[in-house]
Amino acid sequence: MNLIEILSYGFIQRALLAGTLIAVLCSVLGVFLVLRRLSLIGDGLAHVTFGSTAIALALKFYSAAALLVSLPVVLLASLGILKLTKRGRLSGDAAIGIVSAVGISAGIMLASVGGGYNVDLLSYLFGNILSISYEEVLIAVALFCVVMLLLGLFFNDLLAVTFNEELARVSGVRTSLISAILVMLTALSVVLAMKLVGIMLISSLLILPAVSALQLARSFRACIALAALLGCCSVVAGIFVSFVTNLPTSATIVLLNLLCFACACGLRRLISINLNKQVT
Amino acid sequence: MSVEIVATERLACSYREGTVLEDISFTVEAGDYVGIVGPNGSGKSTLVQALLGLVPISSGSARLFGSRCDSFSQWGRVGYLPQSLHLLNPIFPASVAETVGLGLLSLKKFPRRLTRHDRAIVDELLNDLDIYDIRAKLIGELSGGQQQRVLLARALVNKPELLILDEPTAALDPETRERFYRMIADINRSRGVTVLLVTHDTGVIGQHASKMLYLDKRMLFYGSFDDFCHSAEMSSLFGEYSQHLMCHRH
Repeated sequence: MNLIEILSYGFIQRALLAGTLIAVLCSVLGVFLVLRRLSLIGDGLAHVTFGSTAIALALKFYSAAALLVSLPVVLLASLGILKLTKRGRLSGDAAIGIVSAVGISAGIMLASVGGGYNVDLLSYLFGNILSISYEEVLIAVALFCVVMLLLGLFFNDLLAVTFNEELARVSGVRTSLISAILVMLTALSVVLAMKLVGIMLISSLLILPAVSALQLARSFRACIALAALLGCCSVVAGIFVSFVTNLPTSATIVLLNLLCFACACGLRRLISINLNKQVT
Repeated sequence: MSVEIVATERLACSYREGTVLEDISFTVEAGDYVGIVGPNGSGKSTLVQALLGLVPISSGSARLFGSRCDSFSQWGRVGYLPQSLHLLNPIFPASVAETVGLGLLSLKKFPRRLTRHDRAIVDELLNDLDIYDIRAKLIGELSGGQQQRVLLARALVNKPELLILDEPTAALDPETRERFYRMIADINRSRGVTVLLVTHDTGVIGQHASKMLYLDKRMLFYGSFDDFCHSAEMSSLFGEYSQHLMCHRH
C-alpha cells in the first residue's frame, strides 16, 4: 500500500489533523512545564481527568457531556497543584504526585462502586487516535486555536516567569496569574486531548519533544519551534508506521519520540566534542 | 532640592522562624550610592526584597518613589539584579539577547511585545557593556562574570532611576569583582542612577559607595564611609583594629 492510498482513508486524515494539532500544543506547553519543573503535571492531570470521567459516568453523563464534569474538576486540580507548591511547602513533583494519586484512586473507587470498569472509561486510559470522529477533530481545532492565541498573547510574560519568577515580578509581570494561565491551558489541553490520544501519549507529548529540543536549541524561540516540529513529526511518522506495521499507534508515537530524544542527545554530544576540538 | 527615592520608617519583617529585621528607618536620595553591609543572616537581602514587595512587611512602612512598596507598580523606574548563580537554570535555552530583552517588559503594556526598536536598544546596551559578541550565546554557557554582566544589562535596559543589586559579586574572582564595582560606580556617576548594593565586602564597597548602611537585624549605622570609619560606635562594635582593617584595605 503506497502513501497516497494510506492518505485516502478518512480516519487517517482525521488522525493526522487532530494528532498534529495536539502534538504542537503539547510540545509548546511542554517547554514551559519542563523548565518550571512541572513536567509530570500532564500525567497528574490526566489521572484527575480519569477520576472526574468516572464521576461523570456515574452521574450518567456520557461522551461529550462528561466534559461538563471533568473540565471544571481538572481546572480546579491544576490550580490546586499550584497552590500546594506555593503555600504547602511542597515541591512541584510532590504536589503533582498527591493530586495524581487522588485522581486515579477516585476513578477506580467510583468505577468499582458503579459496577466495574466500562469501555468508555478505559478508552480514556489508552485513547485511540485512529478512531477520532469528525466532531473530535473540530474540538482539537478549537482547542488549538484558543491555546495558541493565549500563548501568543502571554508569550513574553510566560518566558519571563519561566526564566525567574522573582525577576518577572520586578518587571511588573503578574506572576501568579501567568502561572495559573499556564497550568489551566495545560489542564484544558489534557482534558480535551486525552479522549483522543490517552494518558500515555499526552504525558509523552508534553515531555519528550520539549526535552529533545532543549538539547539542541540556541534560543527560546528556536526551542519552542523545534519542540513543535519534533512533536508533529513523531505523530505523523507514528501514525504511518503503526498503520503499516499494525502496531499500537500511541505506543509507536511514544517510542519515536524517545528515538528523537536519543538522537538529540547524540547530536548535542557530537557538537560539543567538535567545539572542544576547535578550542584545543 | 533632594528627591526621595527610597524611604523606610520603623520597617520590620518576620518569618515563622522569628524576626529578621526590625526598626529600620532610612532615606535614600536621588544619585546616592548606598552599600548595604552586615554579617550573614543580618537581613540585608530581606531588606531589598521587602523594598521590592517580594517579602511581606510585618510592621512599619517602606516607599519607593513615594509609593508604598506593597502596591508599587512603576517597575520601569527600577532595575534589579539578584544573586545570579542560584538564579540560573543551566539548561534554560534563552540567548543573551532574549534574556536582556526581558528587562524591557516593565515598560510594556499587554500584550507585552518586543519590537525591532527594542532589539536595537538591547544591542546598543550589549555594545556599551562589551558583551555584544556573546549576544547569541545561551545564558547557561557563560562564565560567572559574563552572566553577571548579562543580568546587569537586563537590569539596566529599561533605563532605571534606581538600581538594586543583591550580592552581585558573591561568585566572582577578586579581579572581576573590582571591575564590576567600578562599572557600577561609573553607572551611578555618568547616568545619575541611584544604587542600592548588598554586599559582605565592607572595605571594598566603602571605596565606591557614597553611603553605608550597616545592618544586623537592626540598623547599626547609616551615613558616609568616612563617618563609618570614624564612628566611635562602630569602633566599640568591631574593635578599633577590625575597623581600621575595613577602612584601609585599599
